[in-house]
Amino acid sequence: MNRFARRINIPLLATAVVLVVLFGTASVLYDGFFSLRVIANLFADNAVLGIASVGMTFVILSGGIDLSIGSAIAFTTVLVATLITGHHWHPVPAMLVALAAGTLFGLGQGFLIQRFELPAFLVTLGGMFFARGMAFVVNAESVGINNPFYDAVLNVRLPIGGRAALPATALIFLAAFVVAVFVAHFTTYGRNTFALGGNPDSARLMGLPVGRTQIAVYAVNGFCSALAGIVATFYTGSGNPAMGSGLELDAIAAVVIGGTLLTGGVGSVEGTLLGVLIFGTIQSALVFDGRLNSWWLRIAIGLLLLLFILLQKAITSRATARSTT
Amino acid sequence: MSDRTDELLLARGIGKTFPGVKALDKVDLTLRAGEIHALMGENGAGKSTLIKILTGVYARDVGTIEFDGRQISPNSPSEAEAAGISTVYQEVNLIPTLSVAENILLGRQPKKFGIIQWRAMRRHAARALERLGLELEVSRELRSCSIAIQQMIAIARALDVQAKLLILDEPTSSLDEQECEALFAVMRRLRDDGLAIAFVTHFLDQVYAVTDRITVLRNGGLVGEFETAKLPKLELIAKMLGKESGELPSSVGGAGTPLPASEGHPKGGLGETRPTFESASAIGDSEAPTTISKKTPFLSAKSIGRKMGVEPLDLQINAGEVLGLAGLLGSGRTETARLLFGIDSRDSGHVSVEGKPVPLRSPREAISRGLAFCSEDRKTEGIAPNLSVRENLILAMQASRGALRQLPLPEQLRIADHYIRALNIKTADTETPIRNLSGGNQQKVLLARWLAMQPKLIILDEPTRGIDVGAKAEIEKLVESLRERGMAVLFISSELDEVVRVSQRVVVLRDRRKVGELEGDFDEHRIMNLIAQPHE
Repeated sequence: MNRFARRINIPLLATAVVLVVLFGTASVLYDGFFSLRVIANLFADNAVLGIASVGMTFVILSGGIDLSIGSAIAFTTVLVATLITGHHWHPVPAMLVALAAGTLFGLGQGFLIQRFELPAFLVTLGGMFFARGMAFVVNAESVGINNPFYDAVLNVRLPIGGRAALPATALIFLAAFVVAVFVAHFTTYGRNTFALGGNPDSARLMGLPVGRTQIAVYAVNGFCSALAGIVATFYTGSGNPAMGSGLELDAIAAVVIGGTLLTGGVGSVEGTLLGVLIFGTIQSALVFDGRLNSWWLRIAIGLLLLLFILLQKAITSRATARSTT
Repeated sequence: MSDRTDELLLARGIGKTFPGVKALDKVDLTLRAGEIHALMGENGAGKSTLIKILTGVYARDVGTIEFDGRQISPNSPSEAEAAGISTVYQEVNLIPTLSVAENILLGRQPKKFGIIQWRAMRRHAARALERLGLELEVSRELRSCSIAIQQMIAIARALDVQAKLLILDEPTSSLDEQECEALFAVMRRLRDDGLAIAFVTHFLDQVYAVTDRITVLRNGGLVGEFETAKLPKLELIAKMLGKESGELPSSVGGAGTPLPASEGHPKGGLGETRPTFESASAIGDSEAPTTISKKTPFLSAKSIGRKMGVEPLDLQINAGEVLGLAGLLGSGRTETARLLFGIDSRDSGHVSVEGKPVPLRSPREAISRGLAFCSEDRKTEGIAPNLSVRENLILAMQASRGALRQLPLPEQLRIADHYIRALNIKTADTETPIRNLSGGNQQKVLLARWLAMQPKLIILDEPTRGIDVGAKAEIEKLVESLRERGMAVLFISSELDEVVRVSQRVVVLRDRRKVGELEGDFDEHRIMNLIAQPHE
């Protein structure tokens, strides 16, 4: 156990404390907040953001950034909805096509970033405009989905006690989370991502497949965006080319609040989960309160983000001070 | 150990040319298993080019490398590693944010069904460190370890790939004495295990402490291979500097003693006019105070030092005097200059300028006190390549006036014209981009930039590096005329003959420490003697 004690990571701990404090305060202030139903809803309502944030975690860990995910999600929703409603496809092949498209899109961005040493910020900014435009090309209007497969999926609920249950969207989110934790800790790809973000020059001299890893990070994030888009079609029952604008920034905020350094190399998928739940808790509390405008969510997130980057700065400067003495 | 010495690596006739420079010319290197081999040479000797060829970073133009009985031509560091050649660089090339264990095994983690086995990894890493006699909690973050430990971890990683040859490229430059000793203990242990170790360093004492053989390079050529025990330190220094130690007179003649003009240019009236000070006694022993001068020196520094920079030392520079700073690469010459100019802050000591104590904590302050610093690396620290000669020339002047009070253009032109003529800068006109000028003329523009500030003390760090012989002579002449006009000059150079020609006094540094000061009659040989002197 000692080695776990040593590995406790202060930003992660801070995030956990913030989540507990927020949830605790809301539970005291609002009747019925402290319930399994609210917890189940946290996962269900934030599944789209959560899946996107999981993919984003790897991008940021590798030292990169991806601004295209909001647009990629919108593109996916409208593609899936149009294929199902407009072209009468079965949802499963439609989703597979969407996942392939998302992965390919991410792969292309990763290739540009790696092969031509272009800044990820600009490449994915281009990708953001491109995917958003493509979403409107597929369908300029919101498309509803009425399909027995969707009804069947939406009926899947995992009871977690009381009258609360986790819907399929929450289950997909949790599955993605578990897979990501495994990948981050127990695969060479995961560890290479950390190494790449920690020091790309060293990683190259250490003989790691730096180029391949970097491209893969964006491809995986493209896949995650498509998966988040599919979950969004379940959640809203439609596809909408205007959906998810600004979601990439929410995802970045969740990742950073979760203790991942924007400079790469340090962080965790677990932290990102906590970051997403903090988002969700504030949102639920605002709904429970009923008096406050939803823009208070933005204010709270903004302040938290500033607080966390200050904390991270303090920790990293202390770490460097220690290693130079 | 001679019974075990067998040749592991035979590099023969290695040559490498970069555009415009012959970096290596017909160099041989032989490394033996069970031996520590030093690779020595001054700046530009070709050490790092040779290392990079062995480790697959560069491809050689000509020559053969036989390693472990096979011809090899590695094309990348990982190919060299696969062949059994591992390298640890001066800058630790590991991932600071990952654990010690991961850093040793990254890319080679023990796996079962594609799943990383953390427990086995930690065990393996602990064993790899044990081989170096190091006990360490391997799940710690690397960045929480000292640089010395990180270096050991890098060695552990390098050895873990079944290396037969370990190349250590200046591993000791950021280690303190105890840490060096620990590293040497590890090196000896590995040597006794039969590993071949190539050790690149510029610390002479370390070479004698730990190596069995020495290969000396100079200006891209091979000087020779020697047994460490049979090569006196003085001879080693002479070989690195390209002198024959026997050729130099061991007793000092008068001030006008003709010095071997190694660059082969006439002395242009410099040497002959070199004034001798009345106090002709040279002080050879270390830590001795300088001669008491009657007037207040322009700048006087008492025990200024900086951790990992230079040990505390005293310096005095008088107006109308050139003080030479001599020593081998890495002896702390530039570090001393940086302390004086306030680029690095000192940990100890105080400085007074014209008798008044001053803090001297920033270049800005140093400039306001009348100091100027012409840095060694003119490419990265000095010139703005795309700006014109005029713009480069007035840069420091304009900076000291502030961006809002622009120097009027006619004034700028007047100054530029003046210095172009005064320093004989060869340029088409004042508006030519400086990158079009030769190295020597670029150097003169840099010098002019600082002279335009009318400094009272100018620090010249390797002002003649990489410029042709004629330009060197002109720079020397210029330094002499600055001195005659009453300026104080701190002159840093690795060309000993040059230092001897231009300086009235010389401070000699070795291993970041002042080891002596010479005044009056001195020559290259006495400087080399001081450098070679054993510690204490």
